[in-house]
Amino acid sequence: MALPVAFFAVFFAYPVAAIVARGLKADGAWQFGRIGDVLAQSDIRHVLWFTTWQALVSTVLTLLIALPGAYVFARFDFRGKQVLRAVVTVPFVLPTVVVGTAFLALVGRGGLLDQLWGVRLDTTVWAILLAHVFFNYAVVVRTVGGLWSQLDPRQEEAARMLGASRFAAWRKVTLPALSPAVAAAALMVFLFTFTSFGVVQILGGPTFSTLEVEIYRQTSEIFDLATAAVLTMIQFVAVGAILVVHARTVRRRETALRLVAPETTARRPRGAGPWALLAGVLASIVVLLVLPLGVLVQRSLDAPGGYGFAYYRALASADGGIFLVAPIEAIGNSLEYALAATAIAVAIGGLAAAALTRRNTGRLVRGFDALLMLPLGVSAVTVGFGFLIALDKPPLDLRASWILVPLAQALVGVPFVVRTMLPVLRAVDGRLREAAAVLGASPWRVWREVDLPMVRRALLIAAGFAFAVSLGEFGATVFIARPDNPTLPVAVARLLGRAGDLNYGQAMALSTILMVVCAVALLLLERVRTDRTGEF
Amino acid sequence: MLLSLEGATIRFGGRPVLDAVDLDVAEHEIVCVLGPSGSGKSTLLRAVAGLQSLDAGRVVLGGRDQAGVAAHKRGVGLMFQDHQLFPQRDVGGNVAFGLRMHGAPKGRQALEVGELLELVGLPGAERRAVAELSGGEQQRVALARALAPRPSLLMLDEPLGQLDRSLRERLVVELRELFGELGTTVLAVTHDQGEAFALADRVVVMREGRIAQSGTPLEVWQRPADEFVARFLGFDNVVEATVSGEAADTPWGKVPVPEGARQGPGTLLVRPAGVRLVAAADGLRCTVAARTFRGTHVAVHLQPEDAPRLEAACALRDAPEPGDEVGVEFDAAETVVLGEPPAA
Repeated sequence: MALPVAFFAVFFAYPVAAIVARGLKADGAWQFGRIGDVLAQSDIRHVLWFTTWQALVSTVLTLLIALPGAYVFARFDFRGKQVLRAVVTVPFVLPTVVVGTAFLALVGRGGLLDQLWGVRLDTTVWAILLAHVFFNYAVVVRTVGGLWSQLDPRQEEAARMLGASRFAAWRKVTLPALSPAVAAAALMVFLFTFTSFGVVQILGGPTFSTLEVEIYRQTSEIFDLATAAVLTMIQFVAVGAILVVHARTVRRRETALRLVAPETTARRPRGAGPWALLAGVLASIVVLLVLPLGVLVQRSLDAPGGYGFAYYRALASADGGIFLVAPIEAIGNSLEYALAATAIAVAIGGLAAAALTRRNTGRLVRGFDALLMLPLGVSAVTVGFGFLIALDKPPLDLRASWILVPLAQALVGVPFVVRTMLPVLRAVDGRLREAAAVLGASPWRVWREVDLPMVRRALLIAAGFAFAVSLGEFGATVFIARPDNPTLPVAVARLLGRAGDLNYGQAMALSTILMVVCAVALLLLERVRTDRTGEF
Repeated sequence: MLLSLEGATIRFGGRPVLDAVDLDVAEHEIVCVLGPSGSGKSTLLRAVAGLQSLDAGRVVLGGRDQAGVAAHKRGVGLMFQDHQLFPQRDVGGNVAFGLRMHGAPKGRQALEVGELLELVGLPGAERRAVAELSGGEQQRVALARALAPRPSLLMLDEPLGQLDRSLRERLVVELRELFGELGTTVLAVTHDQGEAFALADRVVVMREGRIAQSGTPLEVWQRPADEFVARFLGFDNVVEATVSGEAADTPWGKVPVPEGARQGPGTLLVRPAGVRLVAAADGLRCTVAARTFRGTHVAVHLQPEDAPRLEAACALRDAPEPGDEVGVEFDAAETVVLGEPPAA
């Protein structure tokens, strides 16, 4: 447990503390009045209001659109269900930058809707909301649908036999059992959308700005570090509060429910109603999830001289002048960083999960559990900003070191590793470990000989998630990646920031490459996934 | 002594699960701890293995206090109740595990695994998957695995608990022979008295974290220390009695007791074999309430007027029908005044 704690102390707690000090300390004295000053600014208050508002609306929209999907995946058995499940999950691991780009290609200037009907949404809040739904559809389907498929349908049948109507039976029996999962999913969606960065950065334009975007703007454009620090603290408190509520909800979810094997609850849809529902869900998936990605690919191939790989070829030259190197090199950078970040995240997360299983009682351990989740919500921008101002002095002067980027990405990846590993590790019978200990295995040997073989698959999945997350990480990387070593998402964002068809096309092409890499990583994972592994 | 527990105490939430237990196990001795579930016998094993730390008292192994010695350094073996074989390893991998942990070279591992599997009656089973073994085979593999590192003390937690009866009876004999051959020191716990009596040199009966009685199977069987032990061994004819001379005054009337029995108030046990059926007029008048077929004999439950029920053991052909009226006489040789020190 010592290593993960040290890791978090140095690379998370210390940077965050540095932010607080930077924001509230002037001439060696604390200036708490600054919090009031910042909050008094009307444009900051507007950002706060918009951040909350769009997160709420995004959450409600996602639930409305994804809950029927969760039902279909839980209770219907149809051909291609496994493939569709994977397709639905792809957006969740896609980099925010890719999502932003894809929606730009769909609803932005010169986008598909613009060409067809002259409709543009990129100046409206709808583009952001739709992108958020796109992103979080899988969260709801996985969390709610996962539980739904394991609820015994005979419970509802028992209620029907006791005189309840079909709807009453659902409302009185299924909904109460499901509501903690719905609440947990809703909180997760709220958290992700509350701290949304890449999507808003790309689709929001100058009009819409979340806290996260505002923090970035204050630091990198206005250079008002004090205001950025105060905003970071506000976000920190908000995210902490959401996580506390989420932890409570999840604990409540663990109450005794009659769970059965998912295979036994799914039936083939029969009758007009179920078929209509299935068709509706399929249509919403196609329009909301598949179409944006399809348009993205189409745009990346739609070069001036006709369809072809012109934009992809352009990526190989440094002529654009935006970068010191050819954009294509960002692929190599990204892969290297992501591999290093994955190794760190798996090591730290694995150790933390092992420590948490050993001593799964006690307030301290539960606190550590929650602490591990913090980087997930505590904005990537905070992490990047914190690294920038905290790790610039000896002995921790890492500014010039390449390890800075993987460290930040690993910090974001660790929660995924822990969440994936914990349920599997907890399912290992404790007496197997005792049996090994009595046979002479030291605690380290016990972990290697008993735990590791049983969690190898989960470890693989955790590594895959950490890899995908690291690959797409944008908020922290954009702060600390050096200009001559951009990652894929950073390169995409920079290309989009420039005018011209060539830049636009190259952004589409790079996004497509990033999407393909992430999708392939995920589809490989789907093959090894077991039902026990985590909630992501 | 190979193993000594001195005042070993463990509390779960304030409630003592082991309450100042003193227990000695000599080298080459087979000791069986017998008790109902919840009597603390599994906790006793876990304390010796180092999987559970003591709240008070000491565990001394081979003369050395084990306080602060981790489980994997104690050099004891423990066979778990449900075996806990490692599912991802084959039979050979399971048996070799302890040898590997102790750094035995590969060649010696293979050799010893082969010998051990032969010893437990599964020759050549190295490559078999654990999941495809039957309960009895799993039990044998678990035993081989526990024996492999040559522990100074082998502990067995309900070693035959999950097996069916005929297999159990066969295995218990095999185990005793095997331990005798190897000279293994064994501390086993079980709730099954038949198992304990068949396996052990010495039986220790536990009740609510304390030792109720300790002695050879014969001693414990012949002279249960108190009513709890007697009832746990399956004896139901236990009553309060006052002994004077060669007879005891009981709710069943005068019952003869062996010569030299302790005088005064006490608790009396009459073994079913000591309850003889005679004509209704010649003894204590009883109605036959029920009969249970026990294979070698019939257990007859008798209801006297105004007295607790009696159980009698009858030969098959002599057993009366339920509802019959019978008389009862008692045999002094089959009665015991409980709590008496064994006759010298």
